[in-house]
Amino acid sequence: MSATNQSKAFQSRIGEALGNQQAHTNFRSAMNMLMENRLKQFPDQEELLHKRQRADAIRAHALRNLPTLLEKLEQKLVENGIQVHWAENGEEANALIHQLLSQAGARSVVKGKSMVSEEIDLNHYMEERGIKVLESDLGEFILQLAGETPSHIVMPAIHKSKQDIAELIHKHYPEHPYSEDVDTLTQQARQILRDKFCHADAGISGVNFMVAETGTLCLVENEGNGRMSTTVPPIHIAVTGIEKVVESLSDVPPLLELLTKSATGQPITAYFNMITRPRQRGEMDGPQEVHLVLLDNGRSHIRRDEELLDTLRCIRCGSCINHCPVYVQVGGHAYGTVYPGPIGSVLEPMRQGLDKIGALTSACSLCGACGQVCPVQIPLPKLINRLRAEAVTQQVETQGVKGQGSLRKLLEVWTWKGWRLIFGSGLRYRLFKLLATRLRRLTPPKMGGWSRYRTIAKPASRSLDEMAAKAGFDHE
Amino acid sequence: MAMSSDRPSEVYFLATCLTDLLYPRAGLAGMELIRRAGVRVIYPKRQSCCGQPAYNSGYRDEALKVARHQLSCFPRNIPVVVPSGSCAGMVSHHWPELFAGKPDEAEAVNMAGRTFELTQFLVDHLDLQLEDLGEPTEIVVHTSCSSRNELGIEERIESLLAQLSNVTVREQARKAECCGFGGTFSIKQPDISGAMVQDKCDALEQTGATRVVSQDCGCLMNIGGALEKQGRTLQPQHIAEFLLERTNVSN
Repeated sequence: MSATNQSKAFQSRIGEALGNQQAHTNFRSAMNMLMENRLKQFPDQEELLHKRQRADAIRAHALRNLPTLLEKLEQKLVENGIQVHWAENGEEANALIHQLLSQAGARSVVKGKSMVSEEIDLNHYMEERGIKVLESDLGEFILQLAGETPSHIVMPAIHKSKQDIAELIHKHYPEHPYSEDVDTLTQQARQILRDKFCHADAGISGVNFMVAETGTLCLVENEGNGRMSTTVPPIHIAVTGIEKVVESLSDVPPLLELLTKSATGQPITAYFNMITRPRQRGEMDGPQEVHLVLLDNGRSHIRRDEELLDTLRCIRCGSCINHCPVYVQVGGHAYGTVYPGPIGSVLEPMRQGLDKIGALTSACSLCGACGQVCPVQIPLPKLINRLRAEAVTQQVETQGVKGQGSLRKLLEVWTWKGWRLIFGSGLRYRLFKLLATRLRRLTPPKMGGWSRYRTIAKPASRSLDEMAAKAGFDHE
Repeated sequence: MAMSSDRPSEVYFLATCLTDLLYPRAGLAGMELIRRAGVRVIYPKRQSCCGQPAYNSGYRDEALKVARHQLSCFPRNIPVVVPSGSCAGMVSHHWPELFAGKPDEAEAVNMAGRTFELTQFLVDHLDLQLEDLGEPTEIVVHTSCSSRNELGIEERIESLLAQLSNVTVREQARKAECCGFGGTFSIKQPDISGAMVQDKCDALEQTGATRVVSQDCGCLMNIGGALEKQGRTLQPQHIAEFLLERTNVSN
């Protein structure tokens, strides 16, 4: 998609989102709740800062030593009997997973919630090859029925009302009576899924943290579907990004605490799985085979840039999204990407290129709320600003983000050159001020999108420097 | 905080282009508050803009050229007071990044270290004491995101207002949420910005206050313009004007 087309497509998604008042109300109340819940978990701001600094240090340390830790991780996993596979990109990851499933003769697969599987569009890849992958996370299950993508990385179906969900379940599973009662709906989904778990040929999951020291895959979840997907079927395939590794087991509790508290305001989730090996001889349950697919997909490239590298610290809590005043207006689908909100506006242009999706960086008022709540202190506003600069730069370098300079427009370039001419000289600026104040009546009554929502502020009749001189202040 | 040894005898006033052109009375009130406290206020006549609009739009070369001109207007090693959190944040937080590796980096870093937002300066350096002479009134505060998230000085405006015995400060829902200005964001994404300022106006009006006070003219231009467009009665005012109006004997 050309740079102009991507901007147009983004604007049209924004227009559609802003037109949906019901969705805005849903997002608003959900985000209010998430922000309040988070705040309750962090009553002491100083302590929170200390915890964020610690988590930041843990993740930064892991990223600095990424190659060593990944080697160590692979060695430990293999020792534990977990088979490790490396994928350069989504296509490779899907092909690997497909091969594993085919070898096992798997036709029916259950999957726990995994953003990386969204990133590589795993479901479609398998479906096209005759393998049905069933989403077992309740939110993801609902979206699969609706044929939609997640609008939030932690609460994928947050845009759906309970009426929407009731209709979907009843339509696809008419044997269950229509109900809008949340508990009844949950029970219905539970019954449907329970049967699938028992008959699945394989289970797929994501990973939250990988521990190099012990070769442990940690999985955070609330519904038990993660545990079912990773223990009931004969094969478990975990897929995740290479950046999820941490050095030691003691690194996990500080990150886990911040993850659950920042994400949903829970002190801990209902389930926390630590997967270390497949079923051992004499054991009654657990998968016979466990595989880990480690995905790069541009992460190594990001890691080489000392500023962009910070993005890889992300533990996918979604807190930046919950606190984003733009996200709450437009919702997740408007971004048109796997990862929405502030983290998406940074990650997606890096992943796909500024020429493909750089327009996302314009949907940010740089208010800084995201950076304040990020549990690993990713400087999101700074990164968005950096990407904006790369998107309009004239000096294209091989090191930077793909699609550098693709959003550079002549009109904008000349506007800023003109601005620089006026504001870069005391004399010209004073002349400009004289004209603006003396000819204030000629101020245009409309100024594009600005005056659609506001009146125009006219220049004052005298500028401050004139007024200050009159009031006896010293000039220098 | 608020140590008398921090009290300088003279300061520069960095007006900001928005205040200079559109809201000079807010700037003048800020200067008057400092002068009244016995500090000489100097207004460098050649000053223009801190470079923020271009910087936040990705045009760093242009931002640097304008910032460099601005830097040359404040040469002496005395505090620079800014009636705006966002412009103060640009100088104190982003100039070191913008000038990094440039020949004048040291001067820029020096000025960054002596630049303060107005309410921050009034509280931390002047320990300003206020006596409320006004009628009872109810107001609501909108703290700019740069004052809150970038500078971390959001309680300064509140502590100044708390000194005014006849002023009741009402709390708005989601007080930390951005008003939707964001400089060029409001031009590039007018519809998102418009939806944001609509929500902000609703939250402010629901407090029942008669006036909304802020330390940033950008937020006030955005909120005030939307309030006026919608024919609402809530009045926007810069904190400096409000403080001066409440405490000036001659008023």
